[in-house]
Amino acid sequence: MAIPSTMRWRYFKEGLFFALVRLSALVITVSLGGLLLYIFLNGFRTVNWAFLTLPPTDSMTKGGIMPAILGTFYLTLGAIAVALPLGIMSAIYLTEYAKQGPIVRIIRIGVNCLAGVPSIVFGLFGLGLFVVFLQFGSCILSGALTLGILILPTIIGASEEALKGVPQTFREASLALGVSKWQTIYRIVLPNALPGILTGSILGIGRAAGETAPIMFTAAAFYTAKLPSSILDEVMALPFHIYVLATAGTHIEETRPIQYGTVLVLVGLVLGVDLIAIFIRSFIRKRKRW
Amino acid sequence: MVTVEDTRVIYVKNVNFYYGGFRALTDITMDFEQNRVTALIGPSGCGKSTLLRLLNRMNDLIDGTRVEGEVIFEGNNIYDAKVDPVDIRRRIGMVFQKPNPFPKSIYNNITYGPRLAGLNNRIDLEALVERSLRQAVLWDEVKDILNQSAMMLSGGQQQRLCIARALAMKPDVLLMDEPTSALDPISTAKIEELIQDLKKLYTIIIVTHNMQQAARISDMTGFFYIGKLIEFNATEKIFTKPDHKQTEDYITGRFG
Repeated sequence: MAIPSTMRWRYFKEGLFFALVRLSALVITVSLGGLLLYIFLNGFRTVNWAFLTLPPTDSMTKGGIMPAILGTFYLTLGAIAVALPLGIMSAIYLTEYAKQGPIVRIIRIGVNCLAGVPSIVFGLFGLGLFVVFLQFGSCILSGALTLGILILPTIIGASEEALKGVPQTFREASLALGVSKWQTIYRIVLPNALPGILTGSILGIGRAAGETAPIMFTAAAFYTAKLPSSILDEVMALPFHIYVLATAGTHIEETRPIQYGTVLVLVGLVLGVDLIAIFIRSFIRKRKRW
Repeated sequence: MVTVEDTRVIYVKNVNFYYGGFRALTDITMDFEQNRVTALIGPSGCGKSTLLRLLNRMNDLIDGTRVEGEVIFEGNNIYDAKVDPVDIRRRIGMVFQKPNPFPKSIYNNITYGPRLAGLNNRIDLEALVERSLRQAVLWDEVKDILNQSAMMLSGGQQQRLCIARALAMKPDVLLMDEPTSALDPISTAKIEELIQDLKKLYTIIIVTHNMQQAARISDMTGFFYIGKLIEFNATEKIFTKPDHKQTEDYITGRFG
């Protein structure tokens, strides 16, 4: 049977649209893949056990990046320690306690705005508040606090979503048994929201680990001879190390392999952390039964 | 008057209820007697569920609601400023429209409330679990799988578990908000049978959309329409010789 011409025109339009959609997906996949491949090809020769476990030597033209890995680890851990409790508690307030109205709406807008603030602004804020005003100096503490504020919106957002995802019927069932509101939140709502909160927070870790601007003035050192002994010491950090080697050193060309190696390690870490989050999430989705 | 003053466990006096500016209940006065099943019927939005949730202060959870009048439970107005709603809800249990067990084991679903109310002895808890499940006629079906997730049970079993969970708090009154509307006919029959047994021990107030159900299981029936209690009488009378034409129209299916 012959297909009428109006139908053929429709099929053509449909085909065109699908092609466009496929093309967009392809462009994104190819650019991401290309980027990763480029980093890998340029960096993999540098990355070995010694590179990961030794400090830099010879004015940072040789040796490894262990202090920077450690520094990023400390900063990220500190940021999570700051942002996770604060973020979860804020989210509990916003979703469970606060009367939904103009004030909550303003707080939500504030949180969303915080998420859109350029990271260099966080850096300057941290410099002004923690480093200068509170006189912590440039150190892990100042950097972790600054990064903590940076990832706070991510954690609040993820926690709010997770809390809202807990069925209202669970809350009603608990309250109707004469269980207080706080105990209902603590015993029923939080345990069921926790997987979602953690997944969102892990994505925050990736963000904190990768940022340069917030730690430039608050925590990161160009080079430190010794490892930090307290949270009031400066540290080297992966993103800042890359920035320094690529722009501020005296041997920029010489250190190219180290730069690529460091980029590879950083990207590997961030992607690894995100992958963990994705795995946890899919595992939980499969187990969920409501 | 059918009511005998001494036997009422809970009664409502001149209650008005507002959601913001909207008046959902108008001047309701009703007595609920001990060891009776009282059914609240009426078309959707008539206020019967609102009244039910008023009796254990579940409406408190909704922002912008307001109550006028008194709800007297054991001689005290439960809306008095001194009264802790948490305390009221321990004494007046509730079963919801859709079965809502916690994503915990069957055992922990039952012990959740009592434990938080301070019962910690393992032997007492085990006895309580068995007693509650037996009362809800679920014990024989689940006695060997107490540690399995409650989410594995069928809808009807889940609802009986929710009843057992409410009974574990040893309440005086059991409120049921359309407890069988999400269930199949066999599960519904089981729960109706269960309600007949439970009224020996508890005072039961049930909201239902199913007129036959109200006729089958209740002693007293209140018919609501647009926030007003149109008629409140013995179930038999409501379903055979109602005083009001609106009641008759509703139960014979002329509107609703």
